[in-house]
Amino acid sequence: MIAPDKDHAALANEFNKDEQRVDWHDETLWWVRQKRDNAVKKLPEWEELREAGSQIKNNVLGNLNYYLQQFETNAKANGVHVHWALDAKEHNEIVLDLLLSKGINKIVKSKSMLTEECNLNDYLLDNGVNVIDSDLGEFIVQLANEHPSHIVLPCIHKKKEEIGELFHQHLGTPSGNSDPIFLTETARQHLRETFLARKAALTGVNFAVAETGEFVVCTNEGNADMGAHLADIHIASMGIEKIIPERKHLGVFLRLLTRSATGQPITTYSSHFKKPRSGASIHIIIVDNGRSKQLGREDFRNSLKCIRCGACMNTCPVYRRSGGHSYHSAIAGPIGSILAPNLDMEKHADLPFASTLCGSCTNVCPVKIDIHDQLYKWRQVIVKNGHAPLAKNAALSVMTKILSSPVLYKVAGKLGRLTMKWVPLVVNNRFNPWYKQRELPEVPKNSFGEWYKKNRNHESKDK
Amino acid sequence: MSSRDELLKAVAENQPMNFPLPEIEFLDSECIYLAETFINVLTSIGGAVVLIENLMEIETYILEKFKKSDRIVTTIPAIKWMAELIPATSIPPHALSNVDFAIIDTHCAVAENGAVWVTEKGIVNRALPFICQHLAVVVNARDIVSNMHSAYNLIGTDDYGYGTFISGPSKTADIEQSLVLGAHGPRSMTIFLIM
Repeated sequence: MIAPDKDHAALANEFNKDEQRVDWHDETLWWVRQKRDNAVKKLPEWEELREAGSQIKNNVLGNLNYYLQQFETNAKANGVHVHWALDAKEHNEIVLDLLLSKGINKIVKSKSMLTEECNLNDYLLDNGVNVIDSDLGEFIVQLANEHPSHIVLPCIHKKKEEIGELFHQHLGTPSGNSDPIFLTETARQHLRETFLARKAALTGVNFAVAETGEFVVCTNEGNADMGAHLADIHIASMGIEKIIPERKHLGVFLRLLTRSATGQPITTYSSHFKKPRSGASIHIIIVDNGRSKQLGREDFRNSLKCIRCGACMNTCPVYRRSGGHSYHSAIAGPIGSILAPNLDMEKHADLPFASTLCGSCTNVCPVKIDIHDQLYKWRQVIVKNGHAPLAKNAALSVMTKILSSPVLYKVAGKLGRLTMKWVPLVVNNRFNPWYKQRELPEVPKNSFGEWYKKNRNHESKDK
Repeated sequence: MSSRDELLKAVAENQPMNFPLPEIEFLDSECIYLAETFINVLTSIGGAVVLIENLMEIETYILEKFKKSDRIVTTIPAIKWMAELIPATSIPPHALSNVDFAIIDTHCAVAENGAVWVTEKGIVNRALPFICQHLAVVVNARDIVSNMHSAYNLIGTDDYGYGTFISGPSKTADIEQSLVLGAHGPRSMTIFLIM
């Protein structure tokens, strides 16, 4: 989707050219992370809540076949149509067929990362269907002909001046006006006409309840509801992992979701769709697209517990400084880096390496996914499958030789110290990423081994 | 094999062992200051609370805030003399696109997040609480529960067609994280709280 010929490091490099923007991006996302911290500290039972969320999702993964059928039965009994799609292609075809069968060639969408994953917008456009994304952030990236860079904050990579310019070009607002209140009001007026005119609406699904056949969609803007309640046909796309067993479990997940995402106690709207309103229809498309395969990977199946809050992105030191687009995948950040290699290991071989493995993602995850452990495990799978970059392979084989021989290790250490002291240019040059934006400390006179040999007698005297 | 059967087969083959569902009843917590918490949380997220003793007082609010030409609607028969009553028979949602102020009813509000729970029964038309410019909800203080677990206990197995938690006015912070009230739904949300 986005510059597939470049890897994460190269794309991050481009993002890093604008230092001020990187700083802003970094600080803003950290501020969102802090809002999350403040919200969760207000709940003494937060850790119990996370544990409950994690266990419910474990139960879902172990009984997914049963819950999917239970959901289907109940949804059908509610008068909702249920469709099944093995992959992105089948999902997109189902959407197009539904629209064409009703003679509709315009659709309004609310946020659905699944449709991003399926590249639905491009597919519909190629088939003559006009698509408008109604979430303000998604509307903005659509105007810019880009993709969301964050699953919760789609245009967090854009400055308001750029958004003002986009609105000037596409919606005729005065040039130079980048006031968020003015721009939001403009989008509100513009999209209100869209909502009133469109006969079909597509939404994502946050949670689908097996027990009742209902599904829940969460927004702050009210765009999912504006679309769905004014359209004749409501299409809801969901991945198979969105199932939860019972209605009361929504209590757990709705408490976890938004506190983790933005620090709000709940989204403005948490809408439960159970039956179509009279004269309208609801179609649910249940999509696999690699999820059942991930379910079979013991080391990685936990990634299917994700409720898409984005907390792992907001806290990630790499994401904050490299931007969502550097991940060249529908879902960026730490969770995206363990989901993407499942879909195409070779294409996304760089992503599990775009992490410091600091573990902050795992600490904030509301359903306790072991994100950094999975990133570490993916690295091993990727190297074993021969998808590691050549330079990394060569460097690692040299390292293996040196580290496995005490003599070579001592010689190499000495040579290294001498080089850095007398001919630093050999290592401190633009080809060595370790020197990028940092200076290394002064070289010590001797190694620890040499120091210890010289000083060990003093130590015995001290005792 | 149909896609449905193929998908379900792949899931059955790959799913791990069963893991028991946790007990979540322990998460029910008692909160003594329900109304106070509700007011504090809701006002902190951009909502407004007006304390009233009876429904008659809503008229004062309307006269103060709205013009005669504004379209003010309600789903509460008891106040139909001060606002246009939305009929229970289905009307097209588009007919509500010029509503300035809608007053609806609820039987459940949540202290921890300032949300009210409304279903089709209370809003008559699903589009109403979204399409109006300003929204008000009548809440009886004794209908406030502490948290979402208590709320779902109360909702139980209710067979609604559509229901939603609403917490404050519609909003967005998509432009540089600047909070703007009034995204696509109502620009304001007022709770008439009957003490």
